[in-house]
Formats: sequence, C-alpha cells, structure tokens
Amino acid sequence: MTDNSNPPGKPPKGAGLEEARLRQQAIGVKLRHMFDEVVNEPVPDEFLEILRRADKRSADEGGA
Amino acid sequence: MSGASNPPPKPPSADDDAFKRELVALIPHLRAFARTLTGDPTAADDLAQDAMMKAWDARASYQMGTNMKAWTFMILRNQFYSEKRRSWRQSQLDQEAAERTLVAVDDPESPVALDELRLALATLPEEQREALILVGAGGFAYEEAAEICQCAVGTVKSRVSRARKALQATLEKGGYARDGRAAGDAMRSILADADRLSSVRD
Repeated sequence: MTDNSNPPGKPPKGAGLEEARLRQQAIGVKLRHMFDEVVNEPVPDEFLEILRRADKRSADEGGA
Repeated sequence: MSGASNPPPKPPSADDDAFKRELVALIPHLRAFARTLTGDPTAADDLAQDAMMKAWDARASYQMGTNMKAWTFMILRNQFYSEKRRSWRQSQLDQEAAERTLVAVDDPESPVALDELRLALATLPEEQREALILVGAGGFAYEEAAEICQCAVGTVKSRVSRARKALQATLEKGGYARDGRAAGDAMRSILADADRLSSVRD
C-alpha cells in the first residue's frame, strides 16, 4: 500500500499530495478504530436496568 | 407531583417495545460518542444514560422509521452542552481527561498511535472535534452530522476539513507534550498501525 519511492519524472508536488492522502487515510482508519473500540465494549448492565425500570414505570402508569 | 389531569392512557405498548429495541441497539454508539465528547469514561456513561432516558421520555415525539441514531446523537449532544454550560467541567480538564481515557484502554495490542491520536484530538476546537468524529468515525453523512449539530451542511464540511488538516499537522509536528518523543513519530506509528489494521480487516 505504501510506496515511498518517487517514480522518476513525477513532480514532487504530486508525490506530496499522494503522501498527504495516505496520511489522511491512515488517520481515518485510526479514528474509526478508536470509536469502534468503545462501540464493541460490552454495555454496562446499568443501562439496561435504568431502561427496564423506566419502561415498567410507564407501563404501570399507562396500564393501571 | 399529584396529577390533577392524568395524560390520556397510552395504547398497548407495541410501539414502545419497538422503540426500546432500537434504542438498546444504539447504546454502544451513544457511549462511544459520549466518550469522544467528554474524554472521560465515567462522565461519558453518565451522559449516555441521561441521553438514553431523554430519548425514552421523548419517544412520543419520535417518528418510527426516521433516523433514530441521528436523533439520539442530537439529544446526547444537546445534553452535553447544556450540562457543560452549567460548568460540569472546565475546558482545562480536557487534557487530563484525555490522559485518563488512554490509560483506561486495556488492550495489550493497543498501539501507541491510538494514544497519540486521542491526545491530538483533544487539542482540536470542540466543534471541529465533534464534526470529525461524527463524519470520520461515526459514519454519518455530512447532512446527518449537520442535523445533529444543528448547523449548515457547509459548516460541517468546513469543520471536518479544518479538523483533518489540524489533526495531521499536530501529529506530524507533535504539537502536544508527550515524553519528549521526537516530532513525526506519532504520524509514523499511525501510518504503520493503520496498515496493520487494514490488513487485519481484509
């Protein structure tokens, strides 16, 4: 994927742009990885417990 | 409160069940977004729980079939800024929080580059950081990110673009203090690491 050697004759500016693009791409991969790391963590029970209680509360209010 | 007028009885809660299922599926994403906003795992989970309950309480105003992810992210973001205005924490804590977050990542494989990225992110202005996270990590379209941030699409685009440039510059220059590591090391390790992650994924 990474090719650091400039092809002969290619202007350095193009190579610089290509390098910048690769770096942005790498940053993007890392960003998604960082975010996905948290997404893939198990959800603490607390979340479901809070929601369950709220659901029960509204069911009691609505149904009674 | 002693209800003088009770709300009209709700119909059987088939809608509630569907709503709840969708909301539960979004919890991991809300936690991740909250983590990037607060930079602190504990504060993030408090924020994500508040947002989840706000969404639940407002479920009557949500139209099933529309973009619930964007809707809940908007609620979470609003909650974050309204609590922040009540000075939940000062901005000078951002850096400390970022440090704590990277300590909290317990992954033996976790490369240095990820820590560098977190620190660099923490140096971005808040509105740039959130725009970049939504579009670059959360997978939202510019239009959806604009909806979440309640601003124009063009504004999101320019924030993301500025964030990307600033992030790259920070990573290349080492614009943050960190164990006196040589400038450019962060970018090198990110490049190497992204390569590794891409090949794992393929």
